[in-house]
Amino acid sequence: MMAAIETQDLTKRYRSLVAVDRLNLRVERGEVFGLLGPNGSGKTTTILMLLGLTEPTAGQVRVLGRDPVREPLAVKRRVGYLPDTVGFYDELTGRENLRYTAALNGLTGRRAEERIQALLEQMGLLEAADRPVRTYSRGMKQRLGLADILVKDPELIILDEPTLGLDPAAAHEFLELIGRLKNQGLTVLLASHLLEQVQRVCDRVGLFRKGRMDLVGTVPELARRVLGGAYRIRVEAEGEGLREAMAAVPGVLHVRPEGSAWVVEAESDLRPALARVVVQAGGRLFGLELGTPGLDEVYRAYYGEVQHDAA
Amino acid sequence: MTRREGSAFAGLGVVFTKEFADQLSGARMALLVTLIVLTAAGTVYAAIQTIRNVVGEDPFLFLRLFTTAKEPLPSFVAFMGFLLPLLGIALGFDAVNGEFQRRTLGRVLSQPIFRDALLFGKFLAGLTTLAMVLGAIWLLVTGMGILLTGVPPSGEEVARSLLYLLGALAYGGVWLVIALFFSVLFKNPTTSALAAIGTWLFFTVFWGMIAAGLAQAIAPVTYGFPEEVLRQAQTELMLARVAPNTLYSEITLALLKPEVRALGPVLPVQLQGMVLGTPLPLSQSLLMIWPEFTGMIAGMVIFFTLAYVLFQRAEIRA
Repeated sequence: MMAAIETQDLTKRYRSLVAVDRLNLRVERGEVFGLLGPNGSGKTTTILMLLGLTEPTAGQVRVLGRDPVREPLAVKRRVGYLPDTVGFYDELTGRENLRYTAALNGLTGRRAEERIQALLEQMGLLEAADRPVRTYSRGMKQRLGLADILVKDPELIILDEPTLGLDPAAAHEFLELIGRLKNQGLTVLLASHLLEQVQRVCDRVGLFRKGRMDLVGTVPELARRVLGGAYRIRVEAEGEGLREAMAAVPGVLHVRPEGSAWVVEAESDLRPALARVVVQAGGRLFGLELGTPGLDEVYRAYYGEVQHDAA
Repeated sequence: MTRREGSAFAGLGVVFTKEFADQLSGARMALLVTLIVLTAAGTVYAAIQTIRNVVGEDPFLFLRLFTTAKEPLPSFVAFMGFLLPLLGIALGFDAVNGEFQRRTLGRVLSQPIFRDALLFGKFLAGLTTLAMVLGAIWLLVTGMGILLTGVPPSGEEVARSLLYLLGALAYGGVWLVIALFFSVLFKNPTTSALAAIGTWLFFTVFWGMIAAGLAQAIAPVTYGFPEEVLRQAQTELMLARVAPNTLYSEITLALLKPEVRALGPVLPVQLQGMVLGTPLPLSQSLLMIWPEFTGMIAGMVIFFTLAYVLFQRAEIRA
């Protein structure tokens, strides 16, 4: 089966600035892919090229098997795009805004009304549906935005910084919605600089920096590759010689103190073994907690290294 | 290079319908139309007071409704010369950058339509709105004329006034397109509104003076020969015709005053055999303003093309 998105050496230059540098991206159908990186790292430019809203300087793009530069309408008919700052016609109601989008996609009459009603319900906007959008909160607008891109019944949706400006609760709720869409078989491409926040909804992520995407994979994969150990165990214990005892356990890669506790990086879940050595060494064990390293850490470690290498 | 697939006008009808509805329901539209209707009613009423005395003597009484001024009020057509640009600018100055400001542009352009459809749809909606306002005003004036003078307009008078309406539409359309162009050029609606109004002021107030100055420089009167004077006058007129308001007033003059037989300097030689004061047939009046008419359409096309090219190349990211 054809990939949802496929790019080959995709490049965009603005005069001397290279916004996207030889990007090779492949997003499979039905997956949630996170395009992660700081602001200005080329995420939005990549998205605009995927939609045919900006022409690539070089390279190839295929979205759902089509070329967005030559067949923009065919691509836009099947791809929903939620920009980072989504805007609506403030004086129109939420329902009227959706109706306009539906009509632009050639969907009118009963079918459009039924679809709009279903989407408003799905997004929890039924009560507000007939109020002007100017009365909506930021979170409501974002959900209306999601309804707006779903009106055309897309196969792929692209979300640019969807949680930007949302409070944690609204952001959480929004990400849940995205998770539910994945279960409906949609492919989702999600761009964000809030690495920790979005990593849990993404099947795979690609880390962006200065127009380049060097790291692609699942979060644990990346953690293993960059940080070495995918398992991070926080050991709260007191006692003499614990560090040496724990470091001697097979599979432990690294032990470092953090506050009053120790952080042990390991190849697997070594909690029973660690508990044993702490007790054997005569230490007092207060707690053992398993955590996987976050993307933030991966990002910092990897690009910190790169910078280090370059220096 | 392969052709782009799909019609450039896919979605045009949808954009048009939405923009047209927006124009009609907007507050600024209500304000302007009220203003125009009031001035129309006022000027025409004043004109009727003057005309009443000559009922029965003037074969083109109905047309006088449009052109008669009564101190201190200017005539209906003069008022329209002011208000139509204002209306055109009001309908177009935030067409594109307004969407940009509201962040709706990216969303609309990610729907399966080309940018062509958006721009053209907005233009058509503006022009249709203009046409509707003009039509309403025409009916108002006609109705008032019939009621207050008791004289129904003749066929030719109706034809002439409708043609004038078409000219007025083209005139308003030029300003609509200029405003549309500025709305693509500037990212801020305030800037584009100022630019459009500035352009209008420039042509209304200053261009006449500049044209006169330029004509003196281009075709100076050195020895005082009549040929020189004539050449200067003609140069000045040609320059003045760059301004849409000159074209508008010439169209108005030729259509609503059938006895006008030339729109520039006339030599005594050319007057020979002319029966002054007799009206021209409609076809001849029309012939006389044909270049003005085409000039306005050309102005619209030029500015629309400029706006189009700019819009196609515009970055839509915020």
